[in-house]
Amino acid sequence: MFLKSLRTSIITIVLFTVLTGFIYPLLVTGIAQILFPGKANGSMLMKDGKVIGSQLIGQAFSSPKYFWSRPSATSPFAYNAGASTGSNYGPLNPALLEATAKRVKDLKDADPQNTRPLPVDLVTASGSGLDPHISVAAALYQVPRVARSRSVTEETIKSLVDRYTDGRQLGILGEPRVNVLKLNVALDEMKSTSEAQ
Amino acid sequence: MTFNGILQIVFFMVVLLALVRPLGAFMARVFQRERTFLDPALGPVERFIYRLARINPDEEMDWKANAVAMLLFNVVGLFVVYALQRLQQYLPFNPQGLGAVTPDSSFNTAVSFASNTNWQGYGGETTMSYLTQMLGLTVQNFVSAATGMAVLALFIRGIARHSMKTLGNFWVDLTRSTLYILLPLAIVLALILVSQGVVQNLSPYTSVSLVEQTTDGQGAKVTEQIIAMGPAASQVAIKQLGTNGGGFFNVNSAHPLENPTPLSNFLEMLSIVLIAAALCYTFGVMVGDTRQGWALLAAMTIILVVLLAVATWSEQSGNPAFTKLGVDQHASALQAGGNMEGKEVRFGVVNSTIWATVTIAASNGSVNSMHDSYMPLGGMVTLVMMQLGEVVFGGVGSGLYGMLIFVIVAVFVAGLLVGRTPEYLGHKIESYEMKMASLLILIMPLTVLGLTALGLLMDAGKATIFNPGAHGFSEVLYLFTSQGNNNGSAFGGIGANTPFYNLTGGIAMLISRYWLAVPTLALAGSLVKKKLVPVSAGTLPTHTPLFIFWLIAVVIIVGALNFLPALALGPIVEHFMMVQ
Repeated sequence: MFLKSLRTSIITIVLFTVLTGFIYPLLVTGIAQILFPGKANGSMLMKDGKVIGSQLIGQAFSSPKYFWSRPSATSPFAYNAGASTGSNYGPLNPALLEATAKRVKDLKDADPQNTRPLPVDLVTASGSGLDPHISVAAALYQVPRVARSRSVTEETIKSLVDRYTDGRQLGILGEPRVNVLKLNVALDEMKSTSEAQ
Repeated sequence: MTFNGILQIVFFMVVLLALVRPLGAFMARVFQRERTFLDPALGPVERFIYRLARINPDEEMDWKANAVAMLLFNVVGLFVVYALQRLQQYLPFNPQGLGAVTPDSSFNTAVSFASNTNWQGYGGETTMSYLTQMLGLTVQNFVSAATGMAVLALFIRGIARHSMKTLGNFWVDLTRSTLYILLPLAIVLALILVSQGVVQNLSPYTSVSLVEQTTDGQGAKVTEQIIAMGPAASQVAIKQLGTNGGGFFNVNSAHPLENPTPLSNFLEMLSIVLIAAALCYTFGVMVGDTRQGWALLAAMTIILVVLLAVATWSEQSGNPAFTKLGVDQHASALQAGGNMEGKEVRFGVVNSTIWATVTIAASNGSVNSMHDSYMPLGGMVTLVMMQLGEVVFGGVGSGLYGMLIFVIVAVFVAGLLVGRTPEYLGHKIESYEMKMASLLILIMPLTVLGLTALGLLMDAGKATIFNPGAHGFSEVLYLFTSQGNNNGSAFGGIGANTPFYNLTGGIAMLISRYWLAVPTLALAGSLVKKKLVPVSAGTLPTHTPLFIFWLIAVVIIVGALNFLPALALGPIVEHFMMVQ
């Protein structure tokens, strides 16, 4: 019984390895590359023939003229897409409270006149460290700063935020959100078109 | 809780429960070797496997032969995964040139994937070559789930049959679970996930030039971002469906390339519990009384919904320390609010807590938010759910046979109370069954609590605790609770990729999978021999609301008696420190 079962085990492992480890992923890869080539390869964002990022992966921004992404816990630099991680700070960890207090201060220093309360997602690190989105509240909080740095009206910036806001999927799933990278690329394009005029 | 939050929870539960009957009935046909609509395509493959492996599908085996087959199959699989990790630097499909994984980490991961735990001591994108992910991990995602389903099918036959010796054929149940259930569902799910943006390729990691350059910790300029790639969708699909949970990337389904949209999130969450829930109906069909299956599903669903409500309330309430800093955590039309540390904006609080609750319930262990950063009570929900023994849905197969053990205990205790010989579905429950059931219930807490104590006593265990205070204790407790219940999620802060945790965790996973599966089969072997006891006025009906609540009470009392003292030292004390 033992040897017979051992032989069957070895043969079945080999067969299942071929079927589920080789044929299955390659079949899915093949179909995916035909049906959804862009999505299967990372939903890359192109500009002037150059890849400037993935629509699904956030990037770090620190200049006042850009919308800032959420804090990221990846190392050695924020939004390192080669090594995703969250902070894993427990809720009472002094290090978490210290980091949050510093983020609150940085945001307030960048825009001292702004007295709105700070949206929580803008001062907390995401689970992946690569969150491409901020909440609508977090985008609106930053509108005055971005408008001032770019010397345009807040309404102009706000309408751009509206355009890059995604609602709930199918009207019910998930949360409304703004894609920071796409919004910032659009900001730069807005500048270049107005200069061209 | 917000209105939309409740709506999303209700929507999720309705879709899940609506799928139970069709899928459950289909799986019953698969286990009973009846014709299905997939036969024209998969029948030849099935027969090809039997022929090559010299399996006689009509040959039935007793519990011992089945147990030997199951164990040997798992041992061989374990060796393959170990070898692949140790040799990956010499093998193809390794565009990043990743080196050999350390021996202790390879051992832990091999056990982890063979035992359907999928605990990850390593970071996927920085450790495993594409070949290891495909031939090692993806294969085990299929066959470890199929192993659980096969053991369940054998156990159910033990209950459904009378005055017999054999339970069926492990090889046939294994093959049919993989071919007819897991593979078709995985292909469909993987392709839908790609349509949402989950990557599926064999390319090296892509480098992109940043829109605004940034600086690293040392102040050096960073102008490029390296984006991890790989055949993720095919692995994500099966890791969800097979209650495996081992992510392609380090942060699992919080990673935007593993779970990019609310829809991908919804489908991934659904896949976590889908098969486990539907198996309740399959059980009902196979024992000839679907009410029995619905009763088990009802008990599981009630526990799930209550704990989900606690977790959602806890996370939506947010962190009081943030409020003091002037941070707005209220839910509104413009933001999800709540405790967003370790959570993604596209999911918000509700989709994070639904995921956390079902992944823990179903012994899946994949995450879309970081449990280590949950509020004390939210984190406690995840611990409690595992400590109930992973019987609320539980792993595919293993969850239901775990719950059936609790049913036997519940019937026994009820029998004692009214002074009748306990019976379940026409089988007398006698001393041998109770010995096996007690063993099954006691092994897990002994393993978990014993190893937690060991970890806290040894310097090697304490050295890599990340968070200070009570939360640090919870990290160690969570680690062994997770591995000792084949869950696989983590309070991720703790440095678990050390020889100490890799070895002790590996042992916990081996015990919790195989030391439970073997007595379960022994129990089935004893039940199947018994003569049918006809239903009489003295029979305790096991499909009524009264029995459902009795079963819930037994599950909770056993869990609470085992783990309340440990919880008091961790999340409970942390909660009181917070509200103080």
